[in-house]
Amino acid sequence: MTAMTATGGRLRWAVADGWTVARRDLVHWANQPMTVVFGVLFPVVITLAFGYLFGGAVDVPEGAGYFAFLMPGMYGMTMLFGLSSTMITVTTDVSKGVTDRFRSLPMSPSAVLIGRAIADLLHSVVVLAGMLACGLAVGWRPATLSGALGAVGLLLLLRFSLLWAGIYLGLITRDPGAVVAVQTLEFPVGFLSNAFVAPATMPGWLGAVAEWNPLSSTVAAARQLFGNPGWGGDSWVAQHAVPMAVAWPVVITVVFFVLSVRRYRRLDR
Amino acid sequence: MLYGTLYDTTGEAALIVARGLRKTYGGTTALDGIDLDVGQGTVCGLLGPNGAGKTTAVRILTTLLRPSGGRAEVAGFDVATHPRQVRRSIGLVGQHTAVDELLTGRQNLELFGRLSHLGAAQARARAGELLERFGLAHAGPVKEYSGGMRRRLDLAAGMILAPPVLFLDEPTTGLDPRSRAEIWRAVRELVAAGTTVLLTTQYLEEADQLADRISVIDAGRVVAEGSPAELKAKLGGDRLDVVVHDPARLAQAAEIVARAAGGPPEVDQDTRRVSAPVGERVAALTGVLAAFAEAGVEAEDVAVRRPTLDEVFLSLTGGDAR
Repeated sequence: MTAMTATGGRLRWAVADGWTVARRDLVHWANQPMTVVFGVLFPVVITLAFGYLFGGAVDVPEGAGYFAFLMPGMYGMTMLFGLSSTMITVTTDVSKGVTDRFRSLPMSPSAVLIGRAIADLLHSVVVLAGMLACGLAVGWRPATLSGALGAVGLLLLLRFSLLWAGIYLGLITRDPGAVVAVQTLEFPVGFLSNAFVAPATMPGWLGAVAEWNPLSSTVAAARQLFGNPGWGGDSWVAQHAVPMAVAWPVVITVVFFVLSVRRYRRLDR
Repeated sequence: MLYGTLYDTTGEAALIVARGLRKTYGGTTALDGIDLDVGQGTVCGLLGPNGAGKTTAVRILTTLLRPSGGRAEVAGFDVATHPRQVRRSIGLVGQHTAVDELLTGRQNLELFGRLSHLGAAQARARAGELLERFGLAHAGPVKEYSGGMRRRLDLAAGMILAPPVLFLDEPTTGLDPRSRAEIWRAVRELVAAGTTVLLTTQYLEEADQLADRISVIDAGRVVAEGSPAELKAKLGGDRLDVVVHDPARLAQAAEIVARAAGGPPEVDQDTRRVSAPVGERVAALTGVLAAFAEAGVEAEDVAVRRPTLDEVFLSLTGGDAR
């Protein structure tokens, strides 16, 4: 009985403290609203650049406009960009001693990571909302509301999984240069997917890698659920985009959640 | 409490006790068996150069690091087995100011107050109280703070729960003299109100000013321990340096200095300098000046100085050059 109450109390504090830690980010946004605005503007500007610069050069299936095709890819890319932003925040807190300050307080130890997850997911909801608005403005349309909600859910699921990867990378990083490396790698990883072009147009082995890129599964599933044109593809992974868009993030989340918690607990070694 | 409250050597209740504390990282030894006893309401100074193990000791005592060997109790709780209870009893002011730059001072303190499980109203009240006390009530965002203001905010953050034990890891390193004096004043006030403090510093003067007991540590070991007066006596204390104008009067000057000093003077012919350890700095200085005036010896420079940290370590580690 006592053990149960203790566990219940611990869980309550983990959630309450996690929310307090997350609220710190919300106060950051209120203090520095321009940071949030630029966070939304960055993917929007890239989208417009891609759409208007490359749009004419790409043959889009089913004769739809390039934006109808591009937008789900850009939504996926936006989720991918979250990886380095989570990593930067975690690394900064560790190097500036804020994490140690949290660890010296009588708060729930798990709240530091829970708070990070809540805050970054909320941030992604805001950025994704901005991107959806940008899509609507340039003529992209989802077919059904229920499909659109499903697609948004899968996109945020991908973000949630990458968030744990970002937390883990942020915890093991001592060198700010590593953040730049991860940031730089986000684009090639994004390009090596179906987000912008059909994997079928790539050299065979590269196309296979692109098809198995978790981003490709999420983007293909989002296109399917939004009712937007996609590349299709004959491979098993391309045929099972929606289940794979669930499976990949679940696997990534489990792996990096375990690694992150382990690493965080070992900060005292 | 596994062991019950440990008592220090004088029989008084000690709020910080360490026995044979060790920490190794891979092959390197950061702490090599440290013993500490800090009595309630006293200030213990850990004095040592960079890399001596001061920060490692503080990190272990504040539950941020696990010791590789030995044990430690803070406020009666074992740091390894009861970290939560320890965290409720301590405040930590780390070497780097660990405040959130994107928040205001008030937002920082409210955040740390909420995470110390104060209610919303309580956290707000406590934040206001501490801002007032540390002269930050009307300050803007933290990123516009000066170095001294940041340290004061850091100190305030460590005081959120008015903890009985406060750890200050090099609280004034990198601060200008005025900000240093402000931090010293704040620490003295806290100690007067009953707080027990463990302070690390590279400055002999700081340990001298604030600490009741000083542990000098070098290469992970305590190489000397005592009150500032005891340590200074052991080290020969202050030194009086006199530079005479006329080399011919050097012997006479040495004679005068020898009378005022606590030991035989060293005489350097080339720089015309006489140097000797002194006990009472002011008495020695005025005595020597009066004797010089009477004898008509002209001094170019007269100064009383503290031994430098280098001299302290040279003398404690037996001339082990670093």
